[in-house]
Amino acid sequence: MALKIVKGSIDRMFDKNLQDLVRGIRNHKEDEAKYISTCIDEIKQELKQDNIAVKANAVCKLTYLQMLGYDVSWAAFNIVEVMSSSKFTYKRIGYLAASQCFHESTDVIMLTTNQIRKDLSSPNQYDTGVALTGLSCFVTPDLARDLANDIMTLMSHTKPYIRKKAVLIMYKVFLKYPESLRPAFPRLKEKLEDPDPGVQSAAVNVICELARRNPKNYLSLAPLFFKLMTSSTNNWVLIKIIKLFGALTPLEPRLGKKLIEPLTNLIHSTSAMSLLYECVNTVIAVLISLSSGMPNHSASIQLCVQKLRILIEDSDQNLKYLGLLAMSKILKTHPKSVQSHKDLILQCLDDKDESIRLRALDLLYGMVSKKNLMEIVKKLMLHVDKAEGTTYRDELLTKIIDICSQSNYQYITNFEWYISILVELTRLEGTRHGHLIASQMLDVAIRVKAIRVFAVAQMATLLDNAHMLTGNTQRNGICEVLYAAAWICGEFSEHLENPMETLEAMLRPKVATLPGHIQAVYVQNAAKLFATVLKSQEGNTDSTTAQEASQLMIDRLPLFVQSANLEVQERASCILQLVKYIQKLQQKDVEVSEEVCALFAGELNPVAPKAQKKVPIPDGLDLDAWINEPPSESESEDEQPKAIFSKEEPKHSRPRHTEVDEKELARRREARKQEQANNPFYIKASPSSQKVYQETPGVEHIPVVQIDLSVPLKVPGLPMSDQYVKLEEERRQKERAEKKKKDKKKRKEKRSGRGKKHDSGPESEEDITPAHMVDIVTEEMPENALPSDDDERDPADPHKALDIDLDNLESAGKRPLADSEKLPVRSHRAAEVLKSPAEDEEGENVSSLEPKKKSSKEKREKKKDKDKDRKKSKEEKKKKKHKHEEKEEADLLCGQADEPAFQSEETNEVVTPPTSTSADEAATVAAAEAAPAPGAISVTTPDSEPEEPKDTEMEETKSSKHKKKKQKREKEDKEKKKKKKHHHHHHHHGDKGGEESVQNGTVEEEEPLPPMSNYCLLAENSYIKVAYDIQGNLQDGSQVVVSVIFENKCDSFLKSMEFNVLDSLNSKLQRPEGSGPHDSLTIPFQLPPGVSNEARFVFTVQSIIMPQKLKGTLTFIVKNEESSTHEKLDFKLHFTCTSYLITTPCYSDAFAKLLESGDLKSSSIRLEGVNMPFHHLLARICFHHHFSVVERIDSCASMYSRSIQGHHVCLLVKISSQTVSVDAKCDEPTLLGNVLDEIKQTFSQC
Amino acid sequence: MIKAILIFNNHGKPRLIRFYQYFAEDMQQQIIRETFHLVSKRDDNVCNFLEGGSLIGGSDYKLIYRHYATLYFVFCVDSSESELGILDLIQVFVETLDKCFENVCELDLIFHMDKVHYILQEVVMGGMVLETNMNEIIAQVEVQNRLEKSESLPFILH
Repeated sequence: MALKIVKGSIDRMFDKNLQDLVRGIRNHKEDEAKYISTCIDEIKQELKQDNIAVKANAVCKLTYLQMLGYDVSWAAFNIVEVMSSSKFTYKRIGYLAASQCFHESTDVIMLTTNQIRKDLSSPNQYDTGVALTGLSCFVTPDLARDLANDIMTLMSHTKPYIRKKAVLIMYKVFLKYPESLRPAFPRLKEKLEDPDPGVQSAAVNVICELARRNPKNYLSLAPLFFKLMTSSTNNWVLIKIIKLFGALTPLEPRLGKKLIEPLTNLIHSTSAMSLLYECVNTVIAVLISLSSGMPNHSASIQLCVQKLRILIEDSDQNLKYLGLLAMSKILKTHPKSVQSHKDLILQCLDDKDESIRLRALDLLYGMVSKKNLMEIVKKLMLHVDKAEGTTYRDELLTKIIDICSQSNYQYITNFEWYISILVELTRLEGTRHGHLIASQMLDVAIRVKAIRVFAVAQMATLLDNAHMLTGNTQRNGICEVLYAAAWICGEFSEHLENPMETLEAMLRPKVATLPGHIQAVYVQNAAKLFATVLKSQEGNTDSTTAQEASQLMIDRLPLFVQSANLEVQERASCILQLVKYIQKLQQKDVEVSEEVCALFAGELNPVAPKAQKKVPIPDGLDLDAWINEPPSESESEDEQPKAIFSKEEPKHSRPRHTEVDEKELARRREARKQEQANNPFYIKASPSSQKVYQETPGVEHIPVVQIDLSVPLKVPGLPMSDQYVKLEEERRQKERAEKKKKDKKKRKEKRSGRGKKHDSGPESEEDITPAHMVDIVTEEMPENALPSDDDERDPADPHKALDIDLDNLESAGKRPLADSEKLPVRSHRAAEVLKSPAEDEEGENVSSLEPKKKSSKEKREKKKDKDKDRKKSKEEKKKKKHKHEEKEEADLLCGQADEPAFQSEETNEVVTPPTSTSADEAATVAAAEAAPAPGAISVTTPDSEPEEPKDTEMEETKSSKHKKKKQKREKEDKEKKKKKKHHHHHHHHGDKGGEESVQNGTVEEEEPLPPMSNYCLLAENSYIKVAYDIQGNLQDGSQVVVSVIFENKCDSFLKSMEFNVLDSLNSKLQRPEGSGPHDSLTIPFQLPPGVSNEARFVFTVQSIIMPQKLKGTLTFIVKNEESSTHEKLDFKLHFTCTSYLITTPCYSDAFAKLLESGDLKSSSIRLEGVNMPFHHLLARICFHHHFSVVERIDSCASMYSRSIQGHHVCLLVKISSQTVSVDAKCDEPTLLGNVLDEIKQTFSQC
Repeated sequence: MIKAILIFNNHGKPRLIRFYQYFAEDMQQQIIRETFHLVSKRDDNVCNFLEGGSLIGGSDYKLIYRHYATLYFVFCVDSSESELGILDLIQVFVETLDKCFENVCELDLIFHMDKVHYILQEVVMGGMVLETNMNEIIAQVEVQNRLEKSESLPFILH
């Protein structure tokens, strides 16, 4: 035995090791391949030996050869052998080789399972480590499934070295075996707080990767990450977390609000550029997610922009690049802040680094204004000339066009200049964007009427010099512009100075080398030109020009009649016959021009891109039904690749098509010849039509030497855009001078000397008037276009992604959930996820969760509105105008109504349907678990409204779910803030000329309002307290939402809560589809001791004019250590008429009109002994009964509200010494009576 | 996630390749060639980020590289990685190599590709950053080297 080993080691000495191999390869530079093939032969021999050391050496060499591109998969089995060596040295070599060349379809992998398992549990931590590292590279679904458990155990290994590797590899395991995610997740989460920073970092890493793909499922971890962010000092971890927050904020804007402060602090304090940059990035993401209704974050934007400017100005190109990258993110939402750094960005255009120039180009789009467009484009044009790579040049070209055409040519003051720019761009060689330029030319010429004369002249020149554009036709995309040129010249030929010349240019034989669709346009527009020529010669006694024109057409068209392109051929032969006929008439001296012109009469107007979509489908028309039986597939027309021309010329044929048509064409030609031969009336073409053009005497037969200059010739007559820049400058100067004069006059009149800014400073945007009045023709829409809301919606709007059509899910089966739509709870969606039956269940679960989502979305929208309104109200206050406020103002005043909305967002616990399968149950619980957590961290909303004591209780609701010290601390913070915020109330003072009047829904406050709450007690026993509030659903006239707060009063756990009511004929509890009318709803949460939480239930109501009471029961299980008991609590849900009212703002003029209309019945009540200030009284009515103040004058106020079914309720409230009289009008007397009774009730209670 | 780590010299000769996503050998070579082409034509004083590169593809991916004397260190990463962070990581990796090989040069990488791999394995695992602390990396590498030495010892004694 020993001898064998000795022999082996001696053998080994003669073997080449890796170093020898490398040296050998380096010494055989000339015949490397040959040398390597002999080496491979040697390796094969070595692999056949029993000695593991020899084998390992061979495998090590193979790894090197693999790097050089040699396939070594044939040695896979030997690699496995080396992997299973007991020695670490060889094992490591084996695993390295495996990680370099094994992949999922390597079949020997299945032999490795046991070996790997053995290594994972090896007492030597480095054996384990090597196995983990190797496995991370070649893990397959099978390995993942078989080893998931072993790896999970390793996550709690005593050695941090193993723990961190095990944690990291879990991500790979999840990818290959998604089912492992849920069982492994708790442990993974635990590792976020591992004492070892390396393990912690690994856990953060894995969760960040997971969350990046499915951020929704990880919102619940936000508080934990928040804690890590504020405590960790490891920049690597911080960066990851901050990046993760960037991904989470779009889903949870309140998280963003919370983040701004710590991030800002980090920005100020950190010295690490990488961290600073990521902070800025995430702040930007936050600001984007908050962009609506967060007026007070301009400071943060400013900070970001400032920091980015520092980055861009840095000499380090990397920082410059990243700065620009981040700037472009801000640009989308806060263009103004970026615009102020225009100078800097323009500078970057000159950077030597293409990456940086490209980034700067991106930014330019948002930088332009009327004032600087020409200057910027001029600069870009210079770059176009200088640019060496075609990619960069094409990028420049598209950017120029993008910039100029953006928002309907908003920034173009001089269209002559723009046309010149476009013409200059046509001189670019080898650009792929000819069609882009062409479509711009067409668009401008069609839509800007005033420019047509100029455009036509330019296009004529272009046509005349067409040979310059068609140097190498087929692959040169630029010849597309000829399409536009020909069309413009033809369509607007009345503006042509010399139509005859252009006609000649369009019929040159060279045209026949152009792509078919362009030829077709040439032919068609030649006919238009011909008509124009005839018209211009009308009344002219000398008809030679007209006859020359006809002759020209007759001479040249036959060339096109022979075109291989069907479209060209058809048009040409039609027109040829027409012209021949015209010529006959001309010879008889018949006036034909009028008839010919009639062919092309009428103006073509631009059609809106959406016009087709907007045409309403007439009743009974089924667009999907076949008109005829479907034709054979070869004839099927596929969608045109370039849609840009479709609006003008929907039928032009594609080059691709011509090949298909070739045979068909030949067949038809043959058929036609036959037909023609048999048709006595057919005017036969001259027998040698092929020769016709060759023999035609004409200029084009003088051979023209093509000069192929690399530098485009400056053809006289082609405009130079530069001159316009100068002209424009002069013009503006003149205008400015004139304006100055005027201003001076004005100023003299006013005698106010303030601000010399006006004449010395740069002119503002509005000052620049277009050079010539441009009448941009708006695009046409069909007469009865269907209105749609999403028209104005920016496709880049981030909210659009949230706009998921959930309605379709409700009516199950309408549109089955696509794989990508499924929301697996905590399972990662990998491409190769195997479909399991469990997943389908999940899909169902998603659809049944639907009502929950919808309502939370609504609320969010509502809240957004509210934010807007709040902003508005502040503005209004400033204006001191007699304007009217929105309903939310009342809510704002009392703060409370705001809170439930928050709640619902947080908890998402609106009527969760009972779940049947256990998997579903788990999912729901997980969702419930996930949902409230972000709320816990965003308790301190900077904008939070004044709080009432009752609120504190509700706060508890939120925070109590996560009983951690941190939350408590936050609560305290909040209370502090609360105190600060108390002044918030006082922003609605309005006095106008001594007479005091108050605006809609607001009351000025001499003294603070007493606390108010709309939540009334529903039922209570020793275990639980239940309070509720009812609110109308604005969107649906037959729905009300009942928010119920459950508070656990005892020391036991309350679980399995079920809520049920006995439906009446009028009111019904909405239950999920498929459940019976008497089924109870499972409340989707459990209550630990002392905790409260809120759920929402939707009821449908038919008649709302009468109040109503519904009987119901709440059942739940009280569980403590010893026992669990089933408990039951009965209650009566009181639907007051007030709860059907929705605070709706009303303007005083509309209010007056309403009262005048006479449709309303009136009624009145008197309240005696009311002992409270008038504004308190109004606030109470507003708050408890959902009214808004229309107008208030002294001790008299008009108020308004509307029911969910649209009844108007108007009140006139007067107070005189403790007596309040309420005169009311409503279109439904019963409702009014009930509302008044309820108001009376409210005041009798206090 | 890191999709690939490539080290090649000024002539495009690979010195270490590590793909964290499977590509066939010829594809790997093509990627190396293309990446070399992209990277080598850039001046040393331009930024270290490159977008595009059709092979490694996808708009989410970026090439982040550093050029040291005769060697290019190229990382292909997606948007979950911080650009500056990866640059730092490359620096850490190179400094680690420098410590482990004592004044590392291209020749060390040429003749000890396996060792370079073992060091890299302590920095990046399966496309995810494992350790960024240089001392920790070096410590682990050294322990394993010692282990290897102790295993080869009895071999010589026989």
